Amino acid sequence: MALLEVNGLRTQFFTRDGVVRAVDGVTFEVGAGETLGIVGESGCGKSVTALSLMRLIPQPPGKIVEGTILFDGQDILKMDDDDVRAIRGHSIAMIFQDPMTSLNPVLTISRQISEALELHMKMDKSEARKRTIELLELVQIPSAKKRLDDYPHQFSGGMRQRVMIAMALSCNPKLILADEPTTALDVTIQAQILDLLKNLAREFRTAFILITHDLGVVAGMTQRIHVMYAGQIVEKADTGELFANPKMPYTWGLLRSIPRLDESRRAKLVPIEGLPPDLIAPPPGCRFEPRCQYRREICKEKQPELTVVPNAKADHESRCWGTQDVPGGGWLIQTDWRKEIGDTHVLEEIKQEAASETATEGLGE
Amino acid sequence: MATITTTPRGTAAERASELNVLVRKQRSLWQDAWWRLRRNRAAVLGMIIVILFMVVAATVPLMTQLGWIKDPLKQDTPNSLMEPIWTQSKFTLSTYPFGSDQLGRDILSRLLWSTQISMLVGFVPISIVFLLGVSIGLAAGYYGGWIDQILMRITDVIYAFPDLLFLFIIMATLRNSPFGDIQGGLMLIFVAIAIVGWVGMARLVRGQVLSLKEREFVEAARAIGAPARRIMVRHLFPNLLAPVIVSVAFGIPSAMLAEATLSFFGIGIRPPTPSWGVMINEGFVVFSTTAWPVLLPALCISVVMLAFTFLGDGLRDALDPRMKL
Repeated sequence: MALLEVNGLRTQFFTRDGVVRAVDGVTFEVGAGETLGIVGESGCGKSVTALSLMRLIPQPPGKIVEGTILFDGQDILKMDDDDVRAIRGHSIAMIFQDPMTSLNPVLTISRQISEALELHMKMDKSEARKRTIELLELVQIPSAKKRLDDYPHQFSGGMRQRVMIAMALSCNPKLILADEPTTALDVTIQAQILDLLKNLAREFRTAFILITHDLGVVAGMTQRIHVMYAGQIVEKADTGELFANPKMPYTWGLLRSIPRLDESRRAKLVPIEGLPPDLIAPPPGCRFEPRCQYRREICKEKQPELTVVPNAKADHESRCWGTQDVPGGGWLIQTDWRKEIGDTHVLEEIKQEAASETATEGLGE
Repeated sequence: MATITTTPRGTAAERASELNVLVRKQRSLWQDAWWRLRRNRAAVLGMIIVILFMVVAATVPLMTQLGWIKDPLKQDTPNSLMEPIWTQSKFTLSTYPFGSDQLGRDILSRLLWSTQISMLVGFVPISIVFLLGVSIGLAAGYYGGWIDQILMRITDVIYAFPDLLFLFIIMATLRNSPFGDIQGGLMLIFVAIAIVGWVGMARLVRGQVLSLKEREFVEAARAIGAPARRIMVRHLFPNLLAPVIVSVAFGIPSAMLAEATLSFFGIGIRPPTPSWGVMINEGFVVFSTTAWPVLLPALCISVVMLAFTFLGDGLRDALDPRMKL
């Protein structure tokens, strides 16, 4: 049994304009000590998935309407509030995106780190303080003893993120959710923080879910990657397999938009045209169809399922008619995404649509 | 547990940063605020005056016992309406340094005793306002829902009247009940001022909480499993303390002023207990003969008001440099 099994998770936000299907039937699992990357554009439901796992969705307007989240065999969604609180910070910890705003400005660093220790490990003040020093040393904060009673504003961004990591590690959790842990940091610090996370995950055999929009970040960090689009998982694969043999046009688009140092200077970055769909009324067929250069009629009509793809590793799944061996589909099975950019006239259409969409939006405001 | 510290590159850098930490002085937010407050001369002056009045209020029973000042209630009709010493053409060591009122009571002694009433009226109801306002405001802001609804409806009712009118209504109706008699009417004044005041504090706190609870550190606190009460007390409360302190600093003088006003109109402190308001009220009768029985308590009120205003302004500037009012 895996440490975490998420099954058909659906989280929706009930707004004035309608029901936003932020997470729409997400199924995945994380084994003990495993690292999983969840990748996707902004607004595709990554963070909402993470918050749902800890039942931190603000309610109202949000609500988890369907699904099960089995953690250690127990369904988090069926627990009462006290049991969930006992899990939060103890068995599952979270590292937030922005260390500048995630630390309480009027409390000292030591008080904030000891809080979880006092809550879950029932430590007294001096024990918690000792452990806090250990933790700060663990996340490589120099002269930890002297910086214990500093306030967050006396720490730099990278150091604050280290403090957040120390807080997450404090109770030896089985699973850490890191929601864009390096997005708010500058590039050199990003590398340090990722390094630290990688080493700590390996050392403590903590399972990690790393949520990011940056494929470059997950490349060196995770064992498996799930790509999300518009509230659904569209591709699941081993990290190596995903980079070597991606099977979904959206993933191709993501990979094309990463700048590479080993490519010639003339090679252009190819962005994905258009915007992610409105999650109140998503397209009836494949959700990526409006932006896909490889689309066919079937994509508009029926939604593809997440299924194992031929011509790839056994556990490689994708949600695309083109890479599935079904009647009416399968036209992309042999396609080399690096060489064939897709139908150029479709690309033009998408560009025009995107342009007219932004134009009408501009008028509307 | 294993650690992965002391990487070779760490040693030099570590030593440097250790030096750095040793050199730099550690300052908390409150120490910063205290430093800013001390640089503000008006605030320091206000603070000194306030402390002075507090010392007087605390020691006045002792001073009377030692015989340094007269009994504020002792009447001495032959010596009524004496002028204070500074108005007499030649200096005499009078037994009434600030003069006497129409019943021959010592004005100095009455002024000093009034300080005690004023300080009590300043601090006791504000403590009630603080406790009630902060706890109800926190709960209403954090939980929302029906607690918030009830709070806002009560607020609407109390806000619909001018504060003073509300005080008048409470005092006038309850003054002759047994409760209005406790401590010469002091208890009723405490309660009345607290009833009128807690709403403003609750609203202030609620507003702060509404914006604070959307901040990420609250979500982070929830993510480590902190229960609601702990989030309110340990995370939200210290963050909203600054505006609350400022509000308290302005609430104290307004409570004092309210007491003086009520007493002046004869529905506050019961004579013969001295209070500045009572003294002005009684002095009015003899205003055409001598102005001092009115002027001196009025002066006391003004000085205390001014001192608290200076202090409040200074606190506001010190605690939140960004807040412009």
